[in-house]
Amino acid sequence: MNLLLFGVNHQTASVALREKLARLIPDLGAAYEQLGTWPEITECLLYATCNRVELICVTDDADCAAARVREFFGRHPEITPADLDEAFYLRRDRDAVQHLFRVSSSLDSMVVGEPQILGQVKQAYREAAEHRATGPILNRLVHRAFSVAKRVRSETGIGDHAVSVSYAAVSMAKKIFGELTGKNVLLLGAGEMAELALEHLKGQGAAKITVANRTLERGVKLAQRFRGDAVSLEEVPDQLLVADILISSTGAGDVLITRDQVKAVMRRRKQRPLFLIDIAVPRDLDPGINDLDNVYLFNIDDLKEVVEQGWERRRVEAGKAERLVAAETLKFLRWLETLEVYPTIIAMKDKAESICQAELKKTLNQLGPLTPEQRQALEVLTTSITQKLLHDPIIFLKRNRRPKYPQQELDLVRRLFNLDPDRNGDPPDPE
Amino acid sequence: MNNVFLYLALAAYFGATGLWLAYFLAQRERYYRYGAWVMTGGLAAQTVALLQRAWIDGYLPAATFGEALLLLAWALVAAFLVLNWRYPIKVLGALVAPLAALMVSGTLILPQRHGTLSPALQGFWLAIHICLTLLGVAALALAGLGGILYLIQERQIKGKQFGFFYRRLPSLSQLDTLSYWCLTVGFPLLTGGMIFGSLYAQHTMGRFFSWDPKEILTLIAWLIYAVLLHERLTMGWRGRRAALLAICGLLVLVLTFAGANLWFSGYHSFSRFILQP
Repeated sequence: MNLLLFGVNHQTASVALREKLARLIPDLGAAYEQLGTWPEITECLLYATCNRVELICVTDDADCAAARVREFFGRHPEITPADLDEAFYLRRDRDAVQHLFRVSSSLDSMVVGEPQILGQVKQAYREAAEHRATGPILNRLVHRAFSVAKRVRSETGIGDHAVSVSYAAVSMAKKIFGELTGKNVLLLGAGEMAELALEHLKGQGAAKITVANRTLERGVKLAQRFRGDAVSLEEVPDQLLVADILISSTGAGDVLITRDQVKAVMRRRKQRPLFLIDIAVPRDLDPGINDLDNVYLFNIDDLKEVVEQGWERRRVEAGKAERLVAAETLKFLRWLETLEVYPTIIAMKDKAESICQAELKKTLNQLGPLTPEQRQALEVLTTSITQKLLHDPIIFLKRNRRPKYPQQELDLVRRLFNLDPDRNGDPPDPE
Repeated sequence: MNNVFLYLALAAYFGATGLWLAYFLAQRERYYRYGAWVMTGGLAAQTVALLQRAWIDGYLPAATFGEALLLLAWALVAAFLVLNWRYPIKVLGALVAPLAALMVSGTLILPQRHGTLSPALQGFWLAIHICLTLLGVAALALAGLGGILYLIQERQIKGKQFGFFYRRLPSLSQLDTLSYWCLTVGFPLLTGGMIFGSLYAQHTMGRFFSWDPKEILTLIAWLIYAVLLHERLTMGWRGRRAALLAICGLLVLVLTFAGANLWFSGYHSFSRFILQP
């Protein structure tokens, strides 16, 4: 039994190719139906995000199944065999398990540590289960993948560090205000980065949003999107009294808010903290503002610095996560190995049982009439002899989980008990 | 006073110090939780030790510097654990636990009492004076420690240093609230302690205030805290200035507690409490 993983990701395939592939997926029913018609593939799971399209499957005939999966992806009229050779990767067994674990832990993502991927894999798994495409092995594998992802998230700081400018602004606001619920946000100018930051702030529970823009029309439009108010630039000094967070991104070219202005406002605000972000170049806010008590001013370079550090930290945490994934992969493979011994154990038990029955029948015929108690005693005797005889071999198979030559040992046991009578009893000649 | 429970408490405080420092460095929630349990155990052991001592003597043991230090350590740990339950600022534990451990160690190192306590100092009301004052001092000490953390974090943010401390310390608003909360609890306790003390002085010595160094320093500390509380309530003082003032108050309190006993002498000094046999 083998695991195969076939697919493309953002590193191997262009956006165009990923788009083509993603278009195959929407009709999951048809895709799983086609995969289901091939007997080589016993279980499969298909998932696609904007950065990857992958198929993982369980098979008893790896080479045949690999060809089938190629056929499945090659079926798309716009995909040439050259695409398949160039962009697709095929991972087997250990590598397939590790790959799935890395994907769901967001280690293989474009933005390492981004939290969405786990949800996407979960959704894909739910759909696969609905189409009855998964079985005991994939079920276990996918659940392990979820718990590995959870461990990675809680035991490493992979998702803790801001890696975008807009999120860096939010994380700093949190270091000043603690909670952002109920905080008022004032936007000067309506740039794209300001908009992104606003989205994050709104997500954190920011209360009132006010947009001040030179062209009121654009300000009104943005304000409406966030259910806020639009004001003119002249009203900004008054707005400073109620705002807690100010994001400035006008292209004004000269200083819009001076140190003295803020100083005066702070007295009237009764020193409630004020967090100012200046992402405009040239700067809108007087840099001297940062010297005032309870006022915190950051410019675009400060934010970029945070982002740099965030990436650096994530790289370090990703290293820890990789070790965790490697350990969990080994654990899963060990489970998989124990799975391989079960058919042998069952065959051994079946054989013993049939010998028991045959011998018992012979003996009972020879002995003539017996009382039910005597009969039962004989039955108990035979079963307990065979059970005790089989006990050690079974324990050997089950406990000896990491033998040096697993397949050879399994073969030896099967030959020892002659479990495959139609196979040639002699071992293949080593030469 | 050196009984087994005291050593248990000491071991627990050192243990909690280790755990909470580990929490501060590694940021593992687990370490913090274990630390809280160990600290609570230490407080229980110290409580038993104190009760045992009070039971044997028949009055609150606060007649030597060492004994007073032990009581203060108890008050500090108790105040911290109450605060922790109401308003958890986890990194503060990494300051409080070593402080408590050092104070208890001090008690064990300092010379023990020889002789008996003068009967004027065995009254119930005096015990109230001591308890209220020490609890007040403990809460105000937490306010001061919160202030120190605030200044560190503010420095990181203003200086754009987004490193080690920035990541580990809580937000400015949490630290400021912590300091404020401790002030609102500690100040009334200290005031109460001072009122009881002065009433007791009037009762036993016939004067409310004796211009003793300890009394003067306590009054100065009280005034600092009164100004701080007033400005916070009316002017919306907060942040750096409030933190600085809380630290000033703490320094005066330390001077009062240690300095007034070691360097200045007055009727309030521990050396005057003991009748030489």
